[in-house]
Amino acid sequence: MDLEGQGRIRQVIEQAGADDVIAVLGANSPTAVEMTALTLKSGDPSYAGPLTGIALGIPSYHVLEPEISDQFDPALYARELALPALAMDVAEVVAPLKTIRDL
Amino acid sequence: MIELKGKRVLVIGERDGVNGPAIEACVKSAGAQVLYAETLCFV
Repeated sequence: MDLEGQGRIRQVIEQAGADDVIAVLGANSPTAVEMTALTLKSGDPSYAGPLTGIALGIPSYHVLEPEISDQFDPALYARELALPALAMDVAEVVAPLKTIRDL
Repeated sequence: MIELKGKRVLVIGERDGVNGPAIEACVKSAGAQVLYAETLCFV
């Protein structure tokens, strides 16, 4: 996640609070998913951005994790997600998330 | 299993994966409220 994005998210959470907040990610690589999920859970692991040392405790899910995508309107899923689901190795991309959520 | 209905969601899409507007539309269809949405681009 870039530094500007971290700053905007920090601002949003300071204003709205973190109760009942989750993140839904769309990245197509396990590394990008892992970095974003760690940043939102326990602070920026690269110690570079506005979320350094700030543990928001927000759990991250991937938009293509079945427990998430099963809740979408099926027509929307077909239109927006069917192609990306074919183009990425979903199991590999979502693999880091459960571990990070359980930290 | 987590229920999206009633949740407040930070949408962080990616241009080469699933973009922000697509995720936003999907989570809204499940009854969630979007607090923030962006699409990352790594080029």
